Amino acid sequence: MALTLEDVKRVAHLARVAIDEAEARAVLSQINDVFKLIAEMQAVDTRGVEPMSHALDVVQRLREDAVTESDQHALFQSVAPQVEGDLYLVPKVIE
Amino acid sequence: MHNATIRSLATGLAARTFSSVELTRHFISRINGLNKKYNCFITLDPEASLKQAEAADRMRSAGKGRPLTGIPIAQKDIFCARGWLTTCGSKMLSSFTSPYDAHVVERLNAAGAVTLGKTNMDEFAMGSSSETSHYGPVRNPWDVDTVPGGSSGGSAAAVAARLAPGAIGTDTGGSIRQPAALSGICGLKPTYGVVSRYGMIAFASSLDQGGPLARSAEDLALLLNVMAGFDPRDSTSLDREHEDYTRELGKPVKGLKIGLPREFFAEGAAPGVVKAVEEAVAEFRKLGCETVEVSLPNMKLSVPVYYVLAPAEASSNLARYDGVRYGYRAPEYADLLDLYKKTRAQGFGAEVKRRILIGTYVLSHGYYDAYYIQAQRVRRLIARDFAEVFKRCDVIMGPTSPTTAFRIGEKVDDPVQMYLNDIYTIPANLAGLPGLSIPCGLDGKGLPVGLQIIGNYFAEARMLGIAHQYQQATDWHTRAPKDID
Repeated sequence: MALTLEDVKRVAHLARVAIDEAEARAVLSQINDVFKLIAEMQAVDTRGVEPMSHALDVVQRLREDAVTESDQHALFQSVAPQVEGDLYLVPKVIE
Repeated sequence: MHNATIRSLATGLAARTFSSVELTRHFISRINGLNKKYNCFITLDPEASLKQAEAADRMRSAGKGRPLTGIPIAQKDIFCARGWLTTCGSKMLSSFTSPYDAHVVERLNAAGAVTLGKTNMDEFAMGSSSETSHYGPVRNPWDVDTVPGGSSGGSAAAVAARLAPGAIGTDTGGSIRQPAALSGICGLKPTYGVVSRYGMIAFASSLDQGGPLARSAEDLALLLNVMAGFDPRDSTSLDREHEDYTRELGKPVKGLKIGLPREFFAEGAAPGVVKAVEEAVAEFRKLGCETVEVSLPNMKLSVPVYYVLAPAEASSNLARYDGVRYGYRAPEYADLLDLYKKTRAQGFGAEVKRRILIGTYVLSHGYYDAYYIQAQRVRRLIARDFAEVFKRCDVIMGPTSPTTAFRIGEKVDDPVQMYLNDIYTIPANLAGLPGLSIPCGLDGKGLPVGLQIIGNYFAEARMLGIAHQYQQATDWHTRAPKDID
């Protein structure tokens, strides 16, 4: 099944990537080539096969409910685009 | 000095024949002379490297030297290293100085290894040619008009050009083994979970695995001895007893059963590649190995499965790049949504955006079962094929890549052609199995061919021993590109 130009624009919005008409057109044909490749896998009969989400069948470890991190906000915020008063700055979101 | 293996450099350091400072200076001066030609390194910091070298010399003087103490190692720019610019080959992280060390970097530092620099790579490790980097393409030292493979192409080319004795990389669908093959060096992707992913910038978390690149199997073992280890900060890190990966280097291969999957020698593999691999297999027979034809019937589905799972996981992992907490932020925007969209449109390159769009689509409402869950089911069929094959043989051998190095620009605008480069490497990632690539010949153009050895889970020591025995009997791994003295 081929994607449409509208699909590309919708998915770009969901992924929060700005895309203009020309870019959307260019990417559409490339993505549809990839989906042609993916279609080979869709025809396979997988009834009764358990999905494999990880390489090894291991269970999640539990850890002690203990403090392991120290306060390093100054170091971490030193690489942020915009900070003021220990806070990350973004455009106003509430009127 | 630059043609020596890590093993022999370690011997020289231990005997005080030269110091780590001298060794590090030597490699820095080679990089200064040749990096323009190959574009292997994104960031160098000679002052920081030499400081580590001085500390390593003191460690050795105090009798605390370990095999890697004082050895300069190049790091793929996907590993966070405190105080180092860590870009992942992307404009998105072009101003990101890491505030912390990856687990692998911590372990290398503790062993006294010297960080020689951060190597160029495909943006966010998405590629098989090292052309999608924000910092320009890496060039293959065997022929500068060809690619070194990818995504760990800077690491592979640096080792091939004798700009570093060893390097570290990551492998999600072949990103250590394929560049090792195309650049004529050795590379190992360990069993999933052996090397911690903490501080390794995430691409597809169920597939990503760090590993070493070097010029001999023995050197890979020395590097893996330091890189591997349990780390509670990676929820998929395996808590296993520490192994010495050099322990089987001396073990003869007589009686070893080698499986040759017929799908690895089918159409699609270049004749020069098949010939070199068959000659390598013949060498193993001479060493007393048996061969048996086996089949991985679902192998051809690996690429389609991978291009659902990897983009899906990538679209989720790369959601963190929002222009707020770190990394690039678009200079102009109207509101918060516009900030996100413009930051991501400007900060990511074309291939990364394509994969984010594919991943977002296959995970979106109404398509999740048909794509993502179906891909996970086929993934299990592929893993089962390997389990069946390993009942009949000890290791699998075949080509690492269907072709030798291709020309820069040849495949970069045709994603599907680029993706098919990884047809022989992706299956091991999907199953979580260890895979390694070693040089086994040259094709008609004089470009290196890689032999891939895939083992069962946790068979790294055995595989390295097998590769080492081959390297005792042959000299392909010592061949250097003709421009390298």
